[in-house]
Amino acid sequence: MTDRDYNFAYLDEQTKKMIRRAILKGLAIPGYQVPFASREMPMPYGWGTGGVQVSAAVLTPDDTLKVIDQGADDTTNAVSIRGFFERTAGVATTTHTKDATVIQTRHRIPEAALAEGQVLVYQVPIPEPLRFLEPRETETRKMHALEEYGLMHVKLYEDIARHGHIATAYAYPVKVEGRYVMDPSPIPKFDNPKLSDCPAIQLFGAGREQRIYALPPYTRVESLDFADHPFEASKADHPCGLCGATDSYLDEVITDDAGARMFVCSDTDHCEDRQPRGHRGKDAA
Amino acid sequence: MYVAVKGGERAIEAAHEWLAEERRGHPAVPELSIAQIREQMSLAVNRVMAEGSLYDPDLAALAIKQARGDLIEAIFLIRAYRTTLPRFGASTPVDTGAMACDRRISATFKDLPGGQVLGPTFDYTHRLLDFRLAADGEAPAAPRREASPAPVPRVSEFLNREGLIEAAVPDDTAPPDLTREPLELPAARALRLQALARADEGFTLGLAYSTQRGYARNHAFVGELRIGTVPVEMEIPELGFAVEIGEITLTECETVNQFTGSKSEPPQFTRGYGLVFGQTERKAISMALVDRALRWEELGEDNVGAPAQDAEFVLYHADNIQATGFLEHIKLPHYVDFQSELELVRKLRRNVEASQQQEAAE
Amino acid sequence: MDATTLQGGFATPPVDAAHAFRAVMEAMARPGTIHPVSGAKPPAPLSVAAGVVLLTLCDAGMPVHLAGAMDCDAVRAWIAFHTGAPLTGPADCAFALGEWDALTPLDRFPVGTSEYPDRSATLIVERPSLEPVGVRLNGPGIRETAALSLPETRAFRKNAARFPLGLDFVFTCGDRLAALPRSTTVTEPEMT
Repeated sequence: MTDRDYNFAYLDEQTKKMIRRAILKGLAIPGYQVPFASREMPMPYGWGTGGVQVSAAVLTPDDTLKVIDQGADDTTNAVSIRGFFERTAGVATTTHTKDATVIQTRHRIPEAALAEGQVLVYQVPIPEPLRFLEPRETETRKMHALEEYGLMHVKLYEDIARHGHIATAYAYPVKVEGRYVMDPSPIPKFDNPKLSDCPAIQLFGAGREQRIYALPPYTRVESLDFADHPFEASKADHPCGLCGATDSYLDEVITDDAGARMFVCSDTDHCEDRQPRGHRGKDAA
Repeated sequence: MYVAVKGGERAIEAAHEWLAEERRGHPAVPELSIAQIREQMSLAVNRVMAEGSLYDPDLAALAIKQARGDLIEAIFLIRAYRTTLPRFGASTPVDTGAMACDRRISATFKDLPGGQVLGPTFDYTHRLLDFRLAADGEAPAAPRREASPAPVPRVSEFLNREGLIEAAVPDDTAPPDLTREPLELPAARALRLQALARADEGFTLGLAYSTQRGYARNHAFVGELRIGTVPVEMEIPELGFAVEIGEITLTECETVNQFTGSKSEPPQFTRGYGLVFGQTERKAISMALVDRALRWEELGEDNVGAPAQDAEFVLYHADNIQATGFLEHIKLPHYVDFQSELELVRKLRRNVEASQQQEAAE
Repeated sequence: MDATTLQGGFATPPVDAAHAFRAVMEAMARPGTIHPVSGAKPPAPLSVAAGVVLLTLCDAGMPVHLAGAMDCDAVRAWIAFHTGAPLTGPADCAFALGEWDALTPLDRFPVGTSEYPDRSATLIVERPSLEPVGVRLNGPGIRETAALSLPETRAFRKNAARFPLGLDFVFTCGDRLAALPRSTTVTEPEMT
């Protein structure tokens, strides 16, 4: 049942047109941040307004929507955003990655491989990968125009000099089709390889910063690295305590006052899909 | 045995119900009406209308009630509501020169045509808690005088006649609208003024104050501050003329600022400008000072690196809805990012320990 | 005002436009794929697909250039009534509409700037036929290789060579459409 006081998917048609035009230009120029006149949404800036606007512009009544935050469908903000679209767009929702046609995410890419026909919408807080090196938009825009990414390499190399490793664990910068350096949103770098050559359409929405960018399917996305320090997708070196998966990204959970801990899949759908099929971890009931 | 945390949906519902209960307060205390808030908390209503960019005192009062008096939350409610309103057109520019003034003061002239009209101001009240209000809020009737029907002339016009102040050149180009177009820099003055008009009062005040203390000082005098009502007119294409669609209260501040002149221009005063919905004079004066500071380039002044001179800094950080949203979003779960940092720090520490052990062994 | 001007818009704009946009988005994201669309009944010589694209993407803020036979009273009135888009010359249009011969040469259209490459025109090209054969396509959105019956290759190669500047194309034929973003490289079939 949709809320009749508002237009389908909340936004008015003129706003959707504006966002849709930005999405198309984003797809035509992979990795380039298209400015768009982000609207004030009924949830706070920084809480997924960019992703929500992109989803609202993309959804049709036939879609099945999945919303995750930190990989989980049941985190409060995911619940809140899913509820928003149930109310304003009346779309079907699911927690199963494979059943979803549109997936809005914060901070994770699902473990299950995505397919053609799916759209992954990322919530992005700071879309500019160069922002922490240069706070001025006027400057970073020039740097992208001139492909001047030396500063980023210097920063990464300074990490290596100091720590022996690149000290960026999430929001790890990537280069798209050899041209634009792009912020993949604060996903753990474990997820970076999934960005490349993905069969699904990937859309990125930054509401407060008023930017939309995109990766068409099968786009080449490389994590920045050096020949002597190649990129490495890392995760906690444990199997999942519930489903025993050894290849999924894990959350660390502190289980008692003595500091005992266990590791469980961050992607709750992935974990719940595996357990009934006989995969058990050491902490499973 | 470990059971993954569930129940986000139930937790949210319960939190909302608790919030509603807290908003209402003790049920033995009578509930506030929208009209009470509109009439008796009118300066809060004005701020919500100004920073919410929507002139509707009843909706602003409702937002304040719903937000439990948190004005930024109320502004947010109004902004989100504003997004859903269709735009039928734009009014013709309001003529603040024809304002029916409730208050009009000038700090630059002792007396002047139109007079100094104090109006309903806190300025010369003694800030002593009035305990009578705790018992009985009824006010004695203020003395009345016939309003003079003639428009009140602008102070800047007196200076303008002698060429002592920079000319404000009329400009018919449609101003940009940052609620419809993404912010782009460098921003023209019209866009900067729009951003400042809806900017956070506290942020604008702090910036304005910083200019007074020497961070891009611009020697502002309040040339004129006027508060009153103006008619809003809209061009109706089918009629071919403008019709009045309503009346709004505005606060306008024009500052008169120093200018040393240049080779091509003789010394003359310059202007800073503030215009805000409702009776909001702290905001309007602050806006005028920040506007003036941002004009350093066109007036040939030095950029001394002051925050109030930096248009990109000011415009990107003046909006309290953007700021509060991003600030508060760090309450959201970040355990995926945190976990990746945790792993990294552990790894880096292992490396350090290993190399220390190796050094010790050697 | 002609009755045909008032007709032919989306019956349920939020839903029709949502479906139409998904088709256009899939087309732009997967160059060479062909997608059926519906919901618009524009006056001749506009195709259904071109009408759908205009209804889905154009509004009063988006200047449209009509090239050749498209620049006629029926089309002008229909676009004005249903989208409010102002008509303009090629140099400052956001969208251009016409048959290939009327749209060329392409150097008349905005290709964006190095800081804002998105400020470029999208050309809606009416085609007599649209098939997944002919010119070979490679680039983002294409798994290995795709093919599309483009009107020529030289102009598209030149366009792709300017990346990230450039034009983006939507090809329309009856009630079907395909798209070609600037990121796609094109080669003659015999050249591969």
